[in-house]
Amino acid sequence: MARSGAFWQRLHRWASPPGFYRLSGHWLPWLAAASLALLALGLVWGLLYAPPDARQGNSYRIIYLHVPASFLALAGYYVMAVAGAIHLIWRVKLADMLMSAAAPLGAALTFLALFSGSLWGKPTWGTYWVWDARITSMLVLLFLYLGVMALRQAYASRETAGRACAVLALVGTVNIPIIYKSVDWWYSLHQPATIRLTAAPSMHPDMFKPLLVMIVAFYLFYAWVLILNTRAEILSRERRAAWVRELAEEDVT
Amino acid sequence: MPGPGAGFAALLRRDLLLAWRRRGEVANPLIFFAMITALIPLAVGPEPSLLARLAPGMVWIMALLGTLLAADTLFREDFLDGALEFLVLSPQPLWLLVLARVVAHWLVTGVPITLLSPLLAALLALPGSGLPALVAGLGLGTLAFSLLGAVGGALTVALGGGNVLRPLLVLPLYVPVLIFGTAAVARAAAGGESAGALALLGAITALALLVSPFAAAAALRVGIDG
Amino acid sequence: MNPQFDSLAEFAAMGGHGAYVWGVYGVAAVVMAWLVARPLRRRAQLLAALRSRRESR
Repeated sequence: MARSGAFWQRLHRWASPPGFYRLSGHWLPWLAAASLALLALGLVWGLLYAPPDARQGNSYRIIYLHVPASFLALAGYYVMAVAGAIHLIWRVKLADMLMSAAAPLGAALTFLALFSGSLWGKPTWGTYWVWDARITSMLVLLFLYLGVMALRQAYASRETAGRACAVLALVGTVNIPIIYKSVDWWYSLHQPATIRLTAAPSMHPDMFKPLLVMIVAFYLFYAWVLILNTRAEILSRERRAAWVRELAEEDVT
Repeated sequence: MPGPGAGFAALLRRDLLLAWRRRGEVANPLIFFAMITALIPLAVGPEPSLLARLAPGMVWIMALLGTLLAADTLFREDFLDGALEFLVLSPQPLWLLVLARVVAHWLVTGVPITLLSPLLAALLALPGSGLPALVAGLGLGTLAFSLLGAVGGALTVALGGGNVLRPLLVLPLYVPVLIFGTAAVARAAAGGESAGALALLGAITALALLVSPFAAAAALRVGIDG
Repeated sequence: MNPQFDSLAEFAAMGGHGAYVWGVYGVAAVVMAWLVARPLRRRAQLLAALRSRRESR
């Protein structure tokens, strides 16, 4: 038990706002550099070097943005919900800060997924909006995000807002698989998923590799932006604390 | 101290009694939606095959709107006159009281809509083969709408403001119910098998039955504490 | 591997789909840049406000 005591102590230190701020400050430049580098690599590879598609020509290159954005939009909702749950159950303030940062980020990524999907749809299927399973589910996801953001704004008390949003996010979490499955079941127009976790992808490997790079790049980008926003939120909420005042003095850039 | 069953029954009776006393108010939305349904052919033309294709979706949308608009009353009145705090603080399990409230709401809005639906379906030229699936689906679906609406109502009970936020929160949750409900009717009306879609709808309602009372109770506690 | 386009003009044209592809990536670049810039600016403003309040005391 003595060893786990030390572990919990360290966890408590990092889970405190100043601890998280300091720790993230060390790693942030590396995270930023890695995500930018991978984004650049993936984009150059996908836009310039990957072969064109037999049917769609060069418009398919939108996939290098659309798929990563979609993945992160969906994963981001779970990040938000888990953070909310941690705050709801264990009253960890940092978790609430993470959650409030995750909502607009997820909404922005969902918007990018929808926008890229729409512009991809025009040359491919002829219309800017196709009511297929993927896009429709993304639209519902956007409403789920907007709901969380709107609920947070509506409450005057930050503590109540955080907990109400956590309940809402958790209810949404249960619903997302149901929504996706039901929309998938109903609309069978969209092409089958080219990336399934177990089955082999049906894309040509030369097209698939840059996509993997972009997906990893987006995960890093998500983490980077999430941490940036959480740090700003920490400073805002803790602005009366001594450590923040000291930081303001040091940081004369 | 009375047991939880008695608490459930007492709240259910109270809500039903209050609804009966205001039965004019309760009947209004129903009449309203019947009238709107009658307007649809005027809007899209009387051609039966077109109406029949639209019928499953339109009846379900009417049912959705009916329960959505009525769900505002789930907790707001009791919140405004302070009775909600008594419910939250009472020794009865809050999720059970929420369930009583939801069942009363469903009996007063969802069930009448379900019973009215054959009439609406007739107005929209829905083939008779679709009727059983319509009634069964709406029975399950309106219950799910009430359950999910309670979560939205509980989350927004302490907020003043307009009513726009609550529907926004709840509509994504309604999507699967709408999808399976309309699919069941559409398939049955086309002469096919609706049991699969109805089973999925039943599963969603069962899940809502399990999760919503607790979620709504948690949300009520957050709202009252805040 | 070889580049798939023989000239910058071809790269921009994307086989006729240039407007769509670059429209997407252009908007994405703007959104993603804003996602990074917004918290950075917020942090700078917060720290600056704290500093000026301290100095004015």
